[in-house]
Amino acid sequence: MDFSIASILLLDGVTNGAIYALLGLATVLVFTVTRVIFIPQGEFAAYGALTLAILQTGKIPGTVWLLLILAVLAALMDGAAEWQRHRQAASALKAALKTLAIPAVVAGLTAWAAPLQMPLLVQALLSVCVVTAFGPLVYRVAFQSLADATPLVLLIVSVGVHFAMTGLGLLFFGAEGFRNPAFSDASVSLGDLAITGQAIIIIATSGALIVLLWLFFERSLYGKALRATAVNRLGARLMGISSQSAGQLTFAMAALIGALSGLLIGPTTTVFYDSGFLIGLKGFVAAVVAGLSSYPGALLGALFVGIVEAFASFWASAFKEVIVFTLILPVLLWRSLQGGHSDEDH
Amino acid sequence: MKLNKTILAAALSLLASGAALADITIGVSLPLTGPASGLGIPVNQQMKLWPASIGGEKIKLVILDDATDPTNGVKNAKRFVTEEKADIIIGSVATPVAMTIADVAAESKTVQLSLSPIPLAPGKDGWSFRMPQSNAVMAHAMLTLMKKQGVKTVGFLGYNDVYGESWLKDFSAEAAKSGIKIVGTERFARSDTSVTGQVLKLTAAKPDAMLIVASGSGAAMPHMAVVERGYKGKIYQTHAAASRDLMRVGGKAVEGAYVVSGPAVIAEQLPDSHPSKKIAIDFVQKYEAAYGPGSRNQFAGHGYDAELVLEKIVPVALKKAKPGTPEFRAALRDAMENIGRTVVAHGVLNWTKDDHWGYTNETGVMLKVVNGDWKVE
Repeated sequence: MDFSIASILLLDGVTNGAIYALLGLATVLVFTVTRVIFIPQGEFAAYGALTLAILQTGKIPGTVWLLLILAVLAALMDGAAEWQRHRQAASALKAALKTLAIPAVVAGLTAWAAPLQMPLLVQALLSVCVVTAFGPLVYRVAFQSLADATPLVLLIVSVGVHFAMTGLGLLFFGAEGFRNPAFSDASVSLGDLAITGQAIIIIATSGALIVLLWLFFERSLYGKALRATAVNRLGARLMGISSQSAGQLTFAMAALIGALSGLLIGPTTTVFYDSGFLIGLKGFVAAVVAGLSSYPGALLGALFVGIVEAFASFWASAFKEVIVFTLILPVLLWRSLQGGHSDEDH
Repeated sequence: MKLNKTILAAALSLLASGAALADITIGVSLPLTGPASGLGIPVNQQMKLWPASIGGEKIKLVILDDATDPTNGVKNAKRFVTEEKADIIIGSVATPVAMTIADVAAESKTVQLSLSPIPLAPGKDGWSFRMPQSNAVMAHAMLTLMKKQGVKTVGFLGYNDVYGESWLKDFSAEAAKSGIKIVGTERFARSDTSVTGQVLKLTAAKPDAMLIVASGSGAAMPHMAVVERGYKGKIYQTHAAASRDLMRVGGKAVEGAYVVSGPAVIAEQLPDSHPSKKIAIDFVQKYEAAYGPGSRNQFAGHGYDAELVLEKIVPVALKKAKPGTPEFRAALRDAMENIGRTVVAHGVLNWTKDDHWGYTNETGVMLKVVNGDWKVE
């Protein structure tokens, strides 16, 4: 191990760590607002990368149909809930249409654009839209009616959602993997260290997203409402913040972050229908390092996981995953010994 | 309901003629649904092309879906041996399912033609015979080319699962015989986002050639990482990577790669000297005539070969006993173990009492990726 190898490994670790950081942040976000430990976070990443890959071949991705089916399901649930409350067909219909509108537009647009072989960036944008639209629908169908259940029940539902999404992924994308074209072919050489354009894009995008998230929570009204819900659900509801729309907004953001990270890793590795799980799990380890409550903590945790992974794959590649996931034990031990729950813990 | 009808029909035909008793019953368990359905469906399609009789005796194929589930595999196999009185069991294509069927086959003393390379220890596989080639046979073909190219040292980059492990074991054993040294052994998982660390370590050892053990599109990522790192030696891939997915995902980076393959799917390109050429072409032509150009695949090939094997062993066993009896099943096994050199679409078989893997070293073919297509080396 000399300096050049160490620096290559470090760069590799930071690049992967940047992806884990995004997924870790999304996990923390979802948990603090809705108390859901969202296992399928990585699936959004795989869906994002694979939707783009299918769009590249000029076909309509299966996720478009899934989006429509989920939207109809959610619309029926919303319509039925509205009907039970008011017994008015008109208002029930209105509620259903409101849920259906955005996913239907996104699905229609994607289905229309798919055979046209649009430029890469347009297709990437469409993929992000499709996957982001999944977020609120997944929350509506799987979690909303259980909003007051214990975290354990929510975790079990979340595992179920994970299996459903992996299975549907196999159905839509097939068992073989895809690799997306790179967004940039540029490459900068620093001595032995060749930094690819893709690595720069990954690190820069992750950095920008983290800053945007920070601005969103610190400066915007929606962000403050989400934080309020995270701190105290009942209090937030008394202040007129709808916990349902907070949940849907959170899931939309989680899906958006997932889709973006999927697009970022797509060109650097082969993405399979089930690739998302392991990537998401490493994001989850990063989130656990941060006690599922601190954003900067999750960021540091993710970089730590990424770098440990890179060096473990050099020294003991057969035990790489073992090393990465065993890391969680001393961290949990340290956190529980440290005791003292912060205000935002549940 | 359907089951009742089958039983009724079977009962009626039994009453109708004594000859029906002598039909050869073949129980087939295939994953027609579930994760391995992509492997099972082609075999089923190939079996639709089977003749109605083998060795002058009518055959009765009972094809059941095991849904890639070992529990269903056991259920199917038990039904074959108890209700159907099967003379032979074929299946499954999925390894875990085939493993459980092997137990039932051994218990009931029925020959199993496994369409998956099940890793059973010698002695445990008394009634099971494998249709796919062993890794050792494939490693032999690969090492022959390596020797010819003057390769002395090899870096190993493989899956951290059964496939990677068994390749490492078989390849090391064969390599030691040829005086080729393995200078680095690194592992990765199909879902890994990067293999930079492993590749750095391997390239530092400066091997003459790199062996990547991965399957399908998963074989492209490590290959690209090795090329990206500026490795100039030869890169070898195993038969699980011998599909067009390697080029689809790998593009230019996999150009010049050496890939070992069974002969069946590259029938037309085989050198005339390869013993399987004629039979492989026959398989490919018949299959593609029925299911369209380009539909050929390895698994349908195993279905085709299973029939060739039956054509050879059934007449031998028929001389000794009548179908439907334990004596007939034992005679089938004896015939299998003394089958002699048999050329099939997937290579050259020669099962013996001690070797139920059976393929000879004439089997493997080395391919090179040239301009995004296969070229026989």
